[in-house]
Amino acid sequence: MSELLTKSRARNVFYGGSIFFVVVFVALTAQSHRHIVDKATAGMPLTEEVRLGKHVWERHSCINCHTLHGEGAYFAPEVGNVMTRWGAQDDPELAYEILDGWMKAQPSGIEGRRQMPHFEITEEEMRALAEFLRWADQTDTQNWPPNDAG
Amino acid sequence: MKYQTQKVAYAYFLAAMGLFGIQVLGGLLLGWIYVSPNTLSEVLPFNIVRMIHTNALIVWLLLGFFGAAYYLVPEESEREIFSVKLAYIQLAILVVGTLGAVGSYLVGVHGGREFLEQPLWVKFGILVAAVIFLVNVSLTFLAGRKTAITNILMMGLWLLCLLWVFAFINPDNLSLDKMYWWMVVHLWVEATWELVMAAILGFLMLKLTGVDREVIEKWLYVIVATALFSGILGTGHHFYWIGTPGYWQWIGSIFSTFEVVPFFAMMSFAFVMVWKGRKNHPNKAALLWSLGSSTVAFFGAGVWGFLHTLHGVNFYTHGTQITAAHGHLAFYGAYVALNLAMFSYAMPLLRNRAPYNQVLNMASFWLMTGGMAFMTFTLTFAGTIQTHMQRIVGDYYMDVQDQLGLFYLMRFGSGVAVVLGALLFIYSMLVVRREVVKPGPVIKDAAVPGE
Repeated sequence: MSELLTKSRARNVFYGGSIFFVVVFVALTAQSHRHIVDKATAGMPLTEEVRLGKHVWERHSCINCHTLHGEGAYFAPEVGNVMTRWGAQDDPELAYEILDGWMKAQPSGIEGRRQMPHFEITEEEMRALAEFLRWADQTDTQNWPPNDAG
Repeated sequence: MKYQTQKVAYAYFLAAMGLFGIQVLGGLLLGWIYVSPNTLSEVLPFNIVRMIHTNALIVWLLLGFFGAAYYLVPEESEREIFSVKLAYIQLAILVVGTLGAVGSYLVGVHGGREFLEQPLWVKFGILVAAVIFLVNVSLTFLAGRKTAITNILMMGLWLLCLLWVFAFINPDNLSLDKMYWWMVVHLWVEATWELVMAAILGFLMLKLTGVDREVIEKWLYVIVATALFSGILGTGHHFYWIGTPGYWQWIGSIFSTFEVVPFFAMMSFAFVMVWKGRKNHPNKAALLWSLGSSTVAFFGAGVWGFLHTLHGVNFYTHGTQITAAHGHLAFYGAYVALNLAMFSYAMPLLRNRAPYNQVLNMASFWLMTGGMAFMTFTLTFAGTIQTHMQRIVGDYYMDVQDQLGLFYLMRFGSGVAVVLGALLFIYSMLVVRREVVKPGPVIKDAAVPGE
């Protein structure tokens, strides 16, 4: 092997192969971008309200306790399908009411139970957050999670 | 230390160890919140502590890489660093940015993309620091001797700095956000950082074992080729369930299975070099960390990664404690231990003294490694139960978590071991004292068999 695979050959294989895989990856990423916009997330319009909801989600760093589509901190429940779990996926008003009621009741203060902080969120922002969670829920995630428990 | 300007690395390693301390203490607090959830819940909630834990980790690992580059590039290029002043300015920006980020997290000002929560000014600071670093190291590199070690190191560092651009790209579409987010997160730890790791490991093997450079460099190119051939399309294992097309399930499963190969190769490389090397290098602690790093990286990143990477498995395990188990051991083995190997090797040289405190250092290796291994096992068991109860049976998240208390208690215990190990390591690096165990006599001919 040592005659066949010299250092310069190994180097050339490394550079050439890496460029090949980068090109393939970029092409697949471009295709995936189109797939996400045209198909996977096309079930609900990406409105200003949904955008605001995403900013609310980010400003309070929800991802560092919860998971969203399975990504996040594993310390609190999955929220990518929370609206389905609450039976509110098709009812914006109900989605807002349940979310608002839940978040206003935090922190529960119950001894020995994980505490969700209290967040100062206006009604407009709370409605936007509910819409954002409904928007996330309608995403075609290849049928993940396996069940409503998330 | 052959070149005066290598001294810059000393300041980087000190800052890195400081943040390492903050990181593990934050981790210990998180472990305790799992056991006793009301702890500090109003003043310092879990999400804030976790941002400090993960951000401190990432920054100190990067500081370690930068320091390692400032240490080894002069030696490999056979010349002084282009500008010492720029190197210190870069460090100052990074330290101020990090402390600024921690401060702003504590007062509740932060972004909300995992690991990229830094306020915008800190992100720009990191960008500026990265540009300064690239200019400084590249000019040193270009003017001097080029070796495979520096070629690979430079490529890894350039690519990782360029990928930082994706930290600024945050589409409103959540699925697009997630897809581009992985361009930083995955292509750092499972591609470009592996190049940096391989280069540093190659440098350490060169110094510690005395094996011929030609042999080491050929190995390195093979290792990094397998890393990128598997790691780039291996990104697909993050594209199973975020709105990306279904074909990623096959691409991700196949290529991320091959992601085990570079880690196996690095482990084999380290052991074969030590076996072939005839040098009896006095710094045994650096050797232990080097071998330990490649071994634990193989188990943490390779085996524990493969454990849940196939899409049929990942459908059930995605986002459970299995992921946490893998994340902890992989980061510890591949990047924490590798940085500590470099610190162990370079610190005595930077301080111009013999490698003292080796027994304490090696004790810290076993404490930390034992602790991380135990933590990984407890989280794997917790994750297995969670996967079954939540994903198969369909029990609700909090009901399942209530059943996992024993594992979280054991995880906290293992975290105590890790923290003690980390503090012992820092102590053994910084506080000069006599060797606690007297070393045996040096045998001239290493081939003489023992009793």
